Parts: sequence; structure tokens; C-alpha cells
Amino acid sequence: MAAKFQGVDFYQVDGLLSEEERAIRDTVREWVDDNLIPIIGEAYVAGKFPKQLIPGMAELGLFGANLPEAYGCAGLNNIAYGLIMQELERGDSGVRSFASVQGALVMYPIYTFGSEDQKKNWLPQMASGKVIGCFGLTEPDYGSNPAAMITVAKETKDGWVLNGAKMWITNGSTAQAAIIWAKTGALDQPDSIRGFIVPTDSKGFSAKDQKGKLSLRASDTSELVLQDVHVPKDAILPKSGGLKSPLMCLTAARYGIAWGAVGAAMACYDEAVSYAKQRVMFGKPIGGFQLQQARLADMLTEITKAQLLCVQLGRLKDEGKSTPQQVSLAKRNNVSMATDVAREARRLLGANGILAEYQALRHLANLESVYTYEGTHDIHTLILGQEITGLNAFN
Amino acid sequence: MKIAVCIKRVPDSETRVKIATDGKSLDEAGVKFVLNPYDEFAVEEALRRKEQAGSGEVVVVCLGPAAAQETIRTALAMGADRGVLLQADKIPTDPFESAKVIAAELKGSSWDLVLFGRMAIDDYHHQVGPLVAELVDLPCVSAVSHVEIAGTTGVAEREIEGGIEVVDFSLPAVLTTDKGLNEPRYPALKGIMAAKKKPLDVKPVQLGRGALEIVALKPPPERKEGKIVGEGPAAVGELVRLLREEAKVL
Ligand SMILES: Cc1cc2nc3c(=O)[nH]c(=O)nc-3n(C[C@H](O)[C@H](O)[C@H](O)COP(=O)(O)OP(=O)(O)OC[C@H]3O[C@@H](n4cnc5c(N)ncnc54)[C@H](O)[C@@H]3O)c2cc1C
Repeated sequence: MAAKFQGVDFYQVDGLLSEEERAIRDTVREWVDDNLIPIIGEAYVAGKFPKQLIPGMAELGLFGANLPEAYGCAGLNNIAYGLIMQELERGDSGVRSFASVQGALVMYPIYTFGSEDQKKNWLPQMASGKVIGCFGLTEPDYGSNPAAMITVAKETKDGWVLNGAKMWITNGSTAQAAIIWAKTGALDQPDSIRGFIVPTDSKGFSAKDQKGKLSLRASDTSELVLQDVHVPKDAILPKSGGLKSPLMCLTAARYGIAWGAVGAAMACYDEAVSYAKQRVMFGKPIGGFQLQQARLADMLTEITKAQLLCVQLGRLKDEGKSTPQQVSLAKRNNVSMATDVAREARRLLGANGILAEYQALRHLANLESVYTYEGTHDIHTLILGQEITGLNAFN
Repeated sequence: MKIAVCIKRVPDSETRVKIATDGKSLDEAGVKFVLNPYDEFAVEEALRRKEQAGSGEVVVVCLGPAAAQETIRTALAMGADRGVLLQADKIPTDPFESAKVIAAELKGSSWDLVLFGRMAIDDYHHQVGPLVAELVDLPCVSAVSHVEIAGTTGVAEREIEGGIEVVDFSLPAVLTTDKGLNEPRYPALKGIMAAKKKPLDVKPVQLGRGALEIVALKPPPERKEGKIVGEGPAAVGELVRLLREEAKVL
């Protein structure tokens, strides 16, 4: 049994956190150690999201934790929220994804674009885990380019009728409510994109789990089909408008992912350090060989840089000064960094590194999804490129 | 139900402690401090009793340095109503000195229950709870792993060598709590934020030197590396031979 996780903090980054922020981090850390780590290997191999964790996560207040208490949420600042994501992803990217979707992609749009009635109705139920949500933006033929989506919503006299398909939807088959993004105007009008709260038991709505995933296996990823799905008038998120709305959700989620990736990297580094000290080859611990030390030194350096990035980004966000481009930089850097750390850790562990009993390969495989979703690494490169040069290289 | 829970700030059992240069204290640099795990059972029990009664107050009392406010806030985050820090920079080795100042604080109010952890995981004295009970003149059951309370009487169980001892007691009483009593809750994140706003009294206290002194601290001797004799039934013969001839335990 590995020793309890003690954190990775080479630069006293803890000193940049308040007492409450640390207490929140430590509480989630302990919860993850007690409840998530012991079961995750098996859930991953079985390819199942560990549903039994939902009530505990809700009780702690992990869902939509940075939204106000008035709606049943924890009302935390963005640093504390980020630390929650970090600790969850230290356990598993799939479980963090679950919380990210519920909080940043479902509760956040309801909070930001919803009516007071929608907020009062949905947010407390979602904070308490009674209602699980999913976020449907990506379509089979439109991934990096959601502006071209072909899912449509037509207004009728008593509501809306939705038609289309969504792909790669996290929590899709678990959710009771789906936030569906659809065009209310012509297909060449991305400005007509609006969000809808669609109960998943609506007639014409179906969700099918995507099989054969070799990554993010402890998370449900589904294909949604909407065939003449009728929803009432008040299903539309009244303040949503244009592609900007779902992109705001993505910025909220990407912020958490930047922190989450650090968690996965810390888990891999921690495992690699203890393995390097214990595994003896050629008569001494492999950590005593320069090649492995270089690996560990690189990991620690990159993790430390990423930690500092997160804290500063979080402070900016709390002051209302962060930009989507800054979030892109953090998501891009940290996920890529974590993927590298996981790969090196996996290699340091030798044959053991391919087992589910250890964490490294699970994290590595997971991080390949994280690298791709919420804007691929490449797309964030283009966002930064445009920010730097003022020139659009997307199309 | 008015319940006092006496708690202590201790080094996390997972941290690697270093002996300070004076050779008789711990080097606190880089050491993470936590709420004593046995005290967590006491806090949890107090919260459950209050919840069951439907009303009451849970007050946490901690003797410790200024930094122990953080420890108190952990208990407040779990749900305790207010905290009292008996602030002293250095806590003497002698548990009797600690018991005296805690008892003096408790005497100021009347309590239905006073709870302690069975022991603190830093010095393993097992003494402060029973000593305080004596000083405030209340009955005491130590190392309680199960308890039932009805009105002003209670029945507590304590695990003893080879069995369970069942003790009747009358309230008010002092109990020290053991593993198995309950499963302490995680503080909800909202609770952590709320803890900041709960009252926390800081009262400087003077402690006597006491009759005990630490002369030296030494880490336990390094364990020698184990030896794998072999695997399966084939190894039994050799194992028995070694136990008899080398270890001389058979
Ligand atoms: C496990 C998992 C969970 C997901 N969960 C959700 C969810 O809950 N909700 C949701 O809506 N979506 C979700 N997604 C979808 C995800 O956001 C998309 O997969 C992602 O946006 C990329 O789209 P794509 O897969 O269609 O790739 P494509 O857009 O087809 O990209 C393929 C490749 O081309 C590159 N590329 C694309 N455009 C350009 C360009 N202009 N210049 C240079 N390179 C380019 C990409 O970087 C990539 O390498 C999830 C995906 C995964 C894997």
C-alpha cells in the first residue's frame, strides 16, 4: 500500500493559499484517498463511471462549488474550486470530468444564462447530485468547429422542437438533464445558437454509450440523438445567444482542467518518486541513476511551473481580470505537461507501469482525452496565435 | 445537550518527523499538523448527540499555540458551534499541567458531556481526559468504542484485553473516545467557509512546568531488511529451521 499522498510543493505554493483554501484542498484530498483511489483501478478496467461516488461528492459540496450558496452551492472562490479539480483529477480524469461537466458545463450555463425560475429549479438539485447533467455541443461532423453545427431548434406555438445528434457527450447516458446547443435560425447563422435544458426522458431523446474507449474509461461518453424532441418554451436558456455562450462554458471548464491536469501530474510524479526509491536494479535503487533523476527533475520542474500558473490565473479570475486566452494558455500548457509527466512516470515504472494497479498509464491514457476535449491542444495554439498576431489561422 | 470537546493539534502521522537540534523536541519545520485522529471521534460523537437531541451546543476547547486555531476551525467546519483556544506557546510534557488549565476552563460552565480523544497521537499519554474528569469531579469512562445515552444515564462499551467491558454512568460525564465509536464526517466545503465566521475565543493561559521532563528523543532503531526464504509449502522446512536456529524463537 502506497503511503498517503503528501502533496507536491517544491516552491511553497501552499503559502500562496489561504487557510480556507488549504482546508478545502486537504478535505477533498482525504476524500479522494479514502473513496476514489481504492476503487478507481477496477472501475477503469471495467469501463464504468463509479456512480457510487456521487452522493459523497455532493455531500462535500463539489458540484458547482464556485456558484452561490443561494442556489445550494458552496460559494467558493475560484482558487478553491481549482484545488477541488486538482484533487479529483489526482484520483482520475474521468471523475474530475464528471464534476467539471456538472459544475462548469451544466450548472454554470444555467446560472449564467438561465432565468431565476430555472436557477431555483435546477441548481439545488444539481448541487445535491439528485439531477445529473450533460453538455451537448460537439457533433459527429463538427468537433473543433462547433459554429458549423447542424442541430436545430424550431419554435412552435407552445415551445421548441429539437433535431440533431451530439457526439462524445460526457455523462450523456447518466444524465437526467442535457444542455443542448442548437441553431434557432439558418445553418449559416452561428449567432442563432441557443442553449436548451432538455430532460433526457423526453420523447425522441436517446443516449447510447460509446464503446471501445481506451481512454477516460471511468467516465460515460455517449452519443445523443434528438429526433423531434418537444420541449416547453421555458426550456430555452433566455440569456444565451450565439456561439459565445457555449464558449463561455468551455472557458469555465477549461479553467478547472488546467488545475486538474496538475493533479494528475502530481499523482504520477509521486508514484514515480516512490517507485524510484524502492525499485532496486544493478544493486541500487533506480532513483540513484542519473537518467531517472533527470526524469524526476523534469517532472518536478514542470509541475511547479504549472502550479504557479494556476494560482495566478485563479487570482486573476477571482478579481474578474482573467481572459479566455489566458485560460487557453493554462489548459494547453498544463494538460500537455501532465501528459508528458504521465508518460515519463509510466516508463520509469518499467513493466509495472502498464498495470492498472499503478496509476501512470491510466492517467496517461486519460490525459489523451483531456488533451483533445475542451479545445484540442492545437486549437488552443491557434487561439494564442491569434491573440499574439491578431491574425486568425483557423480557416 | 451542551457538550465540550477537548481537542489537540498534533503532527500528521504521515509526516516524517525530525528531532530538533536540542535532541528533545521535534523540528516543526515542514511538519503538517492535524486534528488528533482520536479527537475526531469525539467531535463526531458530540455532533451526533446534538443532532439527535435536536438542540444544544458543541464547544471545542483546545490547549495549544496560536496555530491551533486552524485545528479548532477543522472541528468548527465539521459542525461544532464555537471554539476556545487556551493559548500557550509551549505545552509542558506533564499531562497534569494540561489537565489543570483545561479543567479550569470547563469549570466556568455546566456541561452534559465532556469528550476527549482516548489519547493524542503525539505523546500517547492517555491521561488528560481522566485527569480532567477528576479535577472537575465528574465520572469518566475512557476509551469508549460504543455508547448509548438516554436521559441522564448512559451505557458505554470499552474494548479490553479479550473482551468488552460495559460501563453504566450518569450524566454529566467525561468520555474519552476510541476507534470504532463512529465514522467521523468530512467537513463539507460550505462548513469550511462557515467556520471562519463562527466565534473563536482566544484566552492566554499560564502553565506550570510540571513534574515530567523529556531528557532525550531518539528515533526507533532502523529495522533490518527482511529475508525471503522461498515461496509456498516448499519453503516451510527452511523457515522452521531458521526460526529455530537463527532467530531462536521456536
Ligand atoms: C472523452 C471525451 C469526452 C468529451 N466530452 C464532451 C462533452 O461532454 N461535450 C461535448 O460537447 N464534447 C465533448 N467531447 C468532444 C471534444 O470536445 C471534441 O472531441 C473536440 O472538440 C475535438 O473535436 P473532434 O474530435 O471532432 O476533432 P477534430 O475537430 O476533427 O480535430 C481532429 C484534429 O484536427 C485538428 N484540427 C482541427 N481544426 C484544426 C485547425 N483549424 N487547424 C489545425 N488543426 C486543426 C485537431 O487539433 C485534431 O488534432 C469529448 C471528447 C472526448 C474524447
